Amino acid sequence: MHIPDGFIDGKTAVVTGVISAVGVGFALRQVQRELPPRKVPLLGLAAAFLFAAQMVNFPVAGGTSGHLVGGTLVAALLGPSAAVVVVTTILIVQCFLFQDGGVTALGANIFNMAIINSAAGYAVYRLVGRWLKGLRGQVTAIGFAAWCATVLAAICCAGQLTWSGTIPWSVAFPAMTTVHMLIGIGEGLISALVFLAVSSARPDLIAETTPTGRPQRLGELVGYGLLITLGIAVFVAPFACSWPDGLDSVAEKFGFSHKTMAVLPAPAPDYQIPGIHWAVGATAMAGVIGCLVVFGLALLMGRWLVPKLKEP
Amino acid sequence: MHRLSARPKLGAALVIIAGTVILPIRWHAWFITAAAMLVLTMGLSRLPLFFVLKRLLLLSPFVLGVVLINAFQPAGRTNWLVVAVKSGLCLFTVVLVSNTTPFSQILRVLRSLRGPALLITTMALMHRYLFVLADETERMRRARAARTFTRGRRFEWRTLATVVGQLFIRASERAERIYNAMCARGWK
Repeated sequence: MHIPDGFIDGKTAVVTGVISAVGVGFALRQVQRELPPRKVPLLGLAAAFLFAAQMVNFPVAGGTSGHLVGGTLVAALLGPSAAVVVVTTILIVQCFLFQDGGVTALGANIFNMAIINSAAGYAVYRLVGRWLKGLRGQVTAIGFAAWCATVLAAICCAGQLTWSGTIPWSVAFPAMTTVHMLIGIGEGLISALVFLAVSSARPDLIAETTPTGRPQRLGELVGYGLLITLGIAVFVAPFACSWPDGLDSVAEKFGFSHKTMAVLPAPAPDYQIPGIHWAVGATAMAGVIGCLVVFGLALLMGRWLVPKLKEP
Repeated sequence: MHRLSARPKLGAALVIIAGTVILPIRWHAWFITAAAMLVLTMGLSRLPLFFVLKRLLLLSPFVLGVVLINAFQPAGRTNWLVVAVKSGLCLFTVVLVSNTTPFSQILRVLRSLRGPALLITTMALMHRYLFVLADETERMRRARAARTFTRGRRFEWRTLATVVGQLFIRASERAERIYNAMCARGWK
């Protein structure tokens, strides 16, 4: 998902850069405030770990293989702010050292892979983990969270590419989403397996970041929530949202649609494709059903991976 | 080229990349000048031509993919060449800079520009231990391969995940040792 240079135009680069800079600055401040100094080297080592872990190939059917991306996993192991710093570090080093991902696309890449993948993934993990208790609940939560974060990051990436005028939304959105819905299943499974391995070997390492062990921080929730909402509002909503349609229908109802039309010529007629409302509705339905199916899979996975005997 | 100080090199690279991304393709002069300068730099830096070409080709499957998608789109037909030229030029720039500048010098520039200290420390540590942990992964994988004869797919994922989990545990234990070593040498 590393966007190279030339795929992101000037305005998108600036906007993503600003949002990511704010996000990373916020994460750094949080880390400095809450992380004890003895854990500072752990950030660098975690970054090196994640980089090395990405080289381990997991065989998939047909000779292909996938690897861990790991933002959500690191967020579950170290906490969301530390994960944002860790993944940002990896992205910067990959950009300069291995030319993976562009310099001007750094902001977009950091937003998608560091902020969305870690902070949004962690939010889902917390939410599900609070609802499902115990180790089995945590394993389920991290699998589901990793899937959600992967798909959400892919949607944001598609939005940024469309906004830059590189790929039309009608191509980018279905391609990115379907591919990453499949990749996300692998990602969720690997994340859950690794989490389980760490927690069975050194349960003390992750005791501080489990949904019950770590105190809720309101500032963190509000900060990342605002950032992610802003990002999605800028990158995705203009292409995927049905609000203008709703507004149009209201205008129609009250009978002033042709007046506004006359005063403000619409930038694009909103009836380009017949049945667009159906398409939007169908996409939303597919998304909801997909989420439910994957959540069911995650529940099954948790049940399969953590036998009842192990429950405390 | 290798001995030039890092700051002007990075500055020039940033200017070239920003200009290439922002300027519309109509400005032929900019793109031709940039390309000529880059080729000249490559000559001066004595990087082997084949090596640079290999890096460019290895890194561009994503670029090629999107270019191909665009080439078959009715709307994107004018677009694909632009994207290919722009990302090719930027990639070329970064390949040149990163192969003539040690990473420690890039970090020094960032530090002198007053970048966030925590981020730079993390980057330095990551760069230092990147190859150590990569070697460790390789060793663990080889040990695993030497001990498992049947590669049942169902169990292979579990084993690989255990390797990754073990790697995390080793990394965090190493981090503790490093912290002690850093304190012993008067860090902070």
